[in-house]
Amino acid sequence: MAERHIIYMDHAATTYVRRDVLDAIIPYNTVHFGNPSSIYGIARDSKIAVETSRAQVAKAIGAHPDEIYFTSGGSESDNWAIKGVATANRKKGRHIITSAIEHHAVLYTCEHLEEEGYTVTYLPVDDYGLVNPADLEKAITNETILVTIMYANNEIGTIEPVAELGAIARKHNVYFHTDAVQAIGNIPIDVTSQNIDLLSLSAHKFYGPKGAGALYIRKGVKIGNLIHGGGQERGKRAGTENLAGIVGLGKAIELAVSDIPGHNTKIRALRDRLLKGVLETIPHAKLNGHPEKRLPGNFNVSFDFIEGESMLLWLDDEGICGSTGSACTSGSLSPSHVLLACGMPAETAHGSLRLTLGDANTEEDVDRVLNVLPKVVAKLRDMSPLYQKTATKGGI
Amino acid sequence: MYSDKVMDHFKNPRNVGEIADADGVGEVGNPVCGDIMKIFLKIENNIIVDAKFKTFGCGAAIASSSMATELVRGKTLEDAWEVSNKAVAEALEGLPPIKMHCSVLAEEGIHKAINDYRVKHGLEPWKEKHPHAHDHGEDAVCEH
Repeated sequence: MAERHIIYMDHAATTYVRRDVLDAIIPYNTVHFGNPSSIYGIARDSKIAVETSRAQVAKAIGAHPDEIYFTSGGSESDNWAIKGVATANRKKGRHIITSAIEHHAVLYTCEHLEEEGYTVTYLPVDDYGLVNPADLEKAITNETILVTIMYANNEIGTIEPVAELGAIARKHNVYFHTDAVQAIGNIPIDVTSQNIDLLSLSAHKFYGPKGAGALYIRKGVKIGNLIHGGGQERGKRAGTENLAGIVGLGKAIELAVSDIPGHNTKIRALRDRLLKGVLETIPHAKLNGHPEKRLPGNFNVSFDFIEGESMLLWLDDEGICGSTGSACTSGSLSPSHVLLACGMPAETAHGSLRLTLGDANTEEDVDRVLNVLPKVVAKLRDMSPLYQKTATKGGI
Repeated sequence: MYSDKVMDHFKNPRNVGEIADADGVGEVGNPVCGDIMKIFLKIENNIIVDAKFKTFGCGAAIASSSMATELVRGKTLEDAWEVSNKAVAEALEGLPPIKMHCSVLAEEGIHKAINDYRVKHGLEPWKEKHPHAHDHGEDAVCEH
């Protein structure tokens, strides 16, 4: 059987590892495998590699290397930032502010803290998924110890006014954490000018390996230790380092931020052509998220009268990989909390399709999706009782 | 995650469409919960001579509708009433646990269409032997 050409449009879920990143990783599994804490030569090479990567990560976000702590990825970094600040500052207060559209790694951590006696304010978003800075200002009290709001949303791609939100938090002497997992490589980040105290990132979202991430903790931030044990990560996150993963993270982030404008121009052009083509050819379709303040590769469109999982199955049949905000693929019962928070009716959220473009994509991929998607939508609408009802009622 | 049989009935659904002069029609589900099935039955001499469906829903919902309409065709109303959600799921070579509600919906759709026919003919509607938790009432809580 001939190998099928896969059109991968789910870069927000994960990316492949770039060849040059993989080449950088391999020797740290095979030759320079020493434990960075040991004393001999090959271990010193490992230690140097870890510190080189730390410097690369720091440089990419405008931080000092001492402020970078390696973790296993975005979820761990989010958990640590929130729980670590909550425990270390509970004498000051027990109030945390976040948004309604955070990743579950943030939302469920906040819910956990509510069970532990903390109070959490979930800021609403507008129809585009934007947090209003005035709402944050109003929500801060003397009890507030942390504000955690994502840099860019993973589902709808909306980019939040992070610098402004950070400035408000700082004015009130409250720590500001941002989950920047989707932002790295798409938006230039400078933790100093953007008033960020803590920032989560994950290598596999920018062509690095899975299982490698980091938490930036600004010097002076009071935060509890995550893992007790050896002295790794300045004693805050013990355990032998994921050496190869850390090397991959450093290389991947260096490459990801090396030409953000060039990368974005290319990806945005593909995404915009895809979006325009879809909205022009398929009726009853609506863009979700903000028209301009959005990640360059993010396409999120709702198609009325049909359900997302069945769309994905048909697209998969054609070799196209995407995702949906429908409940039916998540194992939960409600559709995407992000789309609902943007005021979308549940039935429309069930019909959402997210395609996230990246370096794997070409003009030919866009042509292929533009050819396949209208047929998939038409086929599913033909068998949908909702479509018939509306068509009769509205006389379409 | 789906069996070959589910994928077959999803990709080549049997009996899609409507029956203009259907003798019994049953619509179940709720758009808020992401699934609606509408079942159409043509009934002659107490036998289901044709069954069609229209479904808004996931792969399992479409495959369950397809399989359920296949299973009830040619059956007496009494026998069709006995086609359980388990029978639909088994005929599909199994459904993932979180998708079992799709087969329940198919069973309920068939039941509703049969009772629609019975009521139209002045007969008492049959009672569900095992009321399911999958009750899409006014409040639409999507309990599966």
